[in-house]
Amino acid sequence: MTTSTVDAVTTPVLDVRGLSVRFRMRGGRFIRAVTDAHFTLAAGERLALVGESGCGKSVLASALLGLLPENAETAGSAVLGGGPGAGGGSGPGGGSGPGGGTDLLAADERTLARSIRGRKVGLVPQSPAAHLTPVRTVRSQLEETVRELLRTPRAALRKTAEEVAERASFPADHLDRYPHELSGGLAQRAATALALIGDAPLLLADEPTTGLDRDLVERTVDELARHTGDSRALLMITHDLAAAERIADRIAVMYAGRIVEIADAGDFFGARGPRHPYARGLLDALPERHFTPTPGMPPELGALPEGCAFAERCARVSEKCRVQPLFEDAVACHHVSLDAPEALEAEHA
Amino acid sequence: MLELDAITAGYEPRKPVIAGISLSVRPGESVGLLGPSGCGKSTLARVAALLHRPDAGRVVIDGTEATGWRHRAPRSQRTAFGVVFQQPRLSADPRLTLSALIAEPLRATGRAAEAADGAREFAARVGLGEDLLGRRPHEVSDGQLQRACVARALILRPRWLVCDEMTAMLDASTTAALVRVVEDYRADSGAGLLAVGHDRVLLERWCDRTVHWSEPAA
Repeated sequence: MTTSTVDAVTTPVLDVRGLSVRFRMRGGRFIRAVTDAHFTLAAGERLALVGESGCGKSVLASALLGLLPENAETAGSAVLGGGPGAGGGSGPGGGSGPGGGTDLLAADERTLARSIRGRKVGLVPQSPAAHLTPVRTVRSQLEETVRELLRTPRAALRKTAEEVAERASFPADHLDRYPHELSGGLAQRAATALALIGDAPLLLADEPTTGLDRDLVERTVDELARHTGDSRALLMITHDLAAAERIADRIAVMYAGRIVEIADAGDFFGARGPRHPYARGLLDALPERHFTPTPGMPPELGALPEGCAFAERCARVSEKCRVQPLFEDAVACHHVSLDAPEALEAEHA
Repeated sequence: MLELDAITAGYEPRKPVIAGISLSVRPGESVGLLGPSGCGKSTLARVAALLHRPDAGRVVIDGTEATGWRHRAPRSQRTAFGVVFQQPRLSADPRLTLSALIAEPLRATGRAAEAADGAREFAARVGLGEDLLGRRPHEVSDGQLQRACVARALILRPRWLVCDEMTAMLDASTTAALVRVVEDYRADSGAGLLAVGHDRVLLERWCDRTVHWSEPAA
């Protein structure tokens, strides 16, 4: 893929605007899993989407892959690959977005299956052992994907699959093994190798490190960073703040279905720290920091309050919090503009 | 005192996962057992909690040597332990409501009459509201389900707690909250803790002392 045109530099790989997902339930109830998410991702950028379990981050990933269940209703847009030469997916029913990209929310299943999944968006799954087909060897799965995505002639399949495995540091002498014969780390690499085959401009990693031990977490995210390089974009969904800190350029914090803060990773983990009270609580809960939990639990996505969803757990709650705060200047909180660093220090003391 | 003396254990004949491991936890003490995945630390935790019979070695619980494991363990020894596993989905019966799940140990020991009150009391301790208690596991998040599993582990007021990667699936805030629940219980009851994990920072912060398992099966 050539990405040297001016447009490829200025157009983001992924442009998400006002993305909302709600699930229609029995009795006319709705579960609002994602509400009004905005973010962009440029080539070479690594964005970590962090939040507690059940905050809607995996639903957001499913929305980007068109893998939502039947009862889901979406709003907004998620335009992938604007700019000339990258809009190949916008055929009939392919939901064109501005700049000729593909709107992942409007695209039909045929477009998603034939030109998006694997080709434009590579998925690094949450549990690789479950993602791989249990009854076939890693080699057979790699060859199948190579054949489907690259149209590699039969004679070259074996060699190409071996190259693909090597790219993800999957050892050649394990290619003839079945998924259950692999360790967690090797299964992760096999899944990563599959995700990389289509040379997709967007890598989507959904909790890629769950259940791995610390060394393996670090190796896995380092490899994701290496594969992102300068030409791809990485969206890593994780609850592991240490993994996010290790490789992300930017951090997006999700709470109760909304992105409440987007910050430069250096600022977020560094001296300035997070600006949203929830994000601050999340960092303070780390064992290497205060190790103090934020009291309470997130609200149910089926019964979100009118105003700020964090208000009932927030130490700084006031009258203003009865109204939903706008996402302004990269944060959605009524109190942020009042914050001076000294005030925060005093609060922590 | 919980003593593990020269434990050898595994799942296939002549292929021990751990060989000749000894470890002891004093009453009220918290010990973190650190090691990479696959080193056998979970197997040792299962032996300690009387869930897996070792091929050799002794487990001594408060001065009494264990002679049976799993359902062969005498009730007084079995109920001395509360165990929390890594994956709440795999350790929760999907047919039970959270309330029934939390109270299951009471029912299993013939104390069904106390089940309703016990479930409410321990649900409150782990921060689960009444509205969640009628739900089944698929209707709650991993974090909420693990809270219920911690409540279940505490409900018989065990003298020993074994937490095997209790927080590996959880976010930072839920991790800190559940560690606090366990520590509050231990402060009340004087229970000892064996916490198994791979997160050095977490276990060093949580436990009185940590033991590093550097050589697998050594």
